[in-house]
Amino acid sequence: MTPGSEISAPPSARLAIEQVSKNFVTSRGRVHALDKVSLQVAEGEFVCLVGPSGCGKSTLLNMIAGLEQPTEGTVAAAGEPIRGPSRERMMMFQESALFPWLDALGNVMFSLKRKPGLTDQERRETADYYLKLVGLEKFRRANIHELSGGMKQRVALARALAPNPRVLLMDEPFAALDAMTREQLYGDLQRIWAQRHVTIVFVTHNVREAVCLGDRVVLFSPHPGRIREEFRVDLARPRDINSVEVAGYATRITRTLKDYMEHGAGI
Amino acid sequence: MKRLLSAFLFFALLVAAWHWAFAAGIWSPVLVPSPESVARYLWEVLRDGTLWDCSVVTMKRLLAGYVIGLLAGVPLGFLTARVQALRDTLGVLALGLQGLPSVCWVPLALLWFGQTEGAMLFVVVMGTLWSVILATETGVRNVNPLYVRAANTMGSRGLHTWVFVMLPASLPFIVSGMKQGWAFAWRSLMAAEIYVTILTGFGLGHLLHYGRELNAMEQVVAIMLMIVLIGLLADKVLFSPWEKFLHRRWGTGK
Repeated sequence: MTPGSEISAPPSARLAIEQVSKNFVTSRGRVHALDKVSLQVAEGEFVCLVGPSGCGKSTLLNMIAGLEQPTEGTVAAAGEPIRGPSRERMMMFQESALFPWLDALGNVMFSLKRKPGLTDQERRETADYYLKLVGLEKFRRANIHELSGGMKQRVALARALAPNPRVLLMDEPFAALDAMTREQLYGDLQRIWAQRHVTIVFVTHNVREAVCLGDRVVLFSPHPGRIREEFRVDLARPRDINSVEVAGYATRITRTLKDYMEHGAGI
Repeated sequence: MKRLLSAFLFFALLVAAWHWAFAAGIWSPVLVPSPESVARYLWEVLRDGTLWDCSVVTMKRLLAGYVIGLLAGVPLGFLTARVQALRDTLGVLALGLQGLPSVCWVPLALLWFGQTEGAMLFVVVMGTLWSVILATETGVRNVNPLYVRAANTMGSRGLHTWVFVMLPASLPFIVSGMKQGWAFAWRSLMAAEIYVTILTGFGLGHLLHYGRELNAMEQVVAIMLMIVLIGLLADKVLFSPWEKFLHRRWGTGK
């Protein structure tokens, strides 16, 4: 049971990716990053995209964010084609991408300052609320370089949540953190997601992480990037990454992934 | 406190050594003036206002040229960083001219503008402009592209991204470019003032020049001291606040 499925059951999906292909031209030639990928994400759903590097999962995320455009096919949010970035769809990156010239509060305020119709007082209160939500209310005036890797990602999470987006896009946000910090953040992210009913698309190459967090795990294969299989994860929340159930799901998915890597390379 | 004390001791020793060298009579007093005579000269020009007036004239020229150089250099640096065609043209020109010692502009400025304030201004602007362009260009090109992407998802576009993301993100480079520009402007202005006699204003360089003509060594040394002091002051007033901000926020330096 997921909080998302309780609060809303719209017939149209929050995100609809239809037959999307993406080609790049790099110095090494043409790269076929994605090939006719289709994916629906429901309102409030937590979807994890998993696959080896080069499978186009980050490219897909960038297209949902509106930072890149598909070569073919359509990407739509709430029925509207995505033409550019929007505060409705906020993004978190592997590096925190926090601005070093602002303190923690200033960083969270940055996204709010671009949101019209708020007084300065409201912006400040909202920023404080989100810093508190990620457990950093004591560090509101801290400089970015003074924060640990985990704290930086917490500030980045607060910054992404502050404009109250409907969709949160996360590109391997915990990949650079140590295991302890990561486990803490898994708990926090699940808690915040359940509270906020936000739709999350989460990119990772860590299968266990995907199983621990996602309602659904979408497996990608590379060259060109294609969706191979989808797994629904029916486990109670909050989930613990070290639990036997998570490990069992992860083993199954990893086995499938290996099969594709070994036998499916020529497809 | 300890640092202040050691600095004070160092300079006291330096003056003492100078005094001793003078008292020993190794060199002619015409070549090595006593610290006392230098101090006496400084006191005199301070009292009759000459020193203040000349410093004001010099600082006005310097600041005017420097501000023009900055106002033109930062936007031009931004443009060179973003427009390939400008990088291949203006960028190369800036690189070449930045390597040109700024005193080399003086003869050209004299021929173009004559013995006027315009010549002074031109020399200072030429001293500042190129290093500011180059530093800004480097700064902008070193901005982590992730910052821009993050800003875009937060609703920042176009000019807003330039002013609130690109500009502060390249600040460490711009400040070092500003420092270098200041140093070049200061040097070029002194050269100009020493070479160019103009009647619209008597600067520190002129005082230095006339000290030489009058063989007044205490004047030469005293003005040199003043020039050093102004340089130090500019560093403390103009750049220290920026650098402190950079150190605190970026966590660079100690």
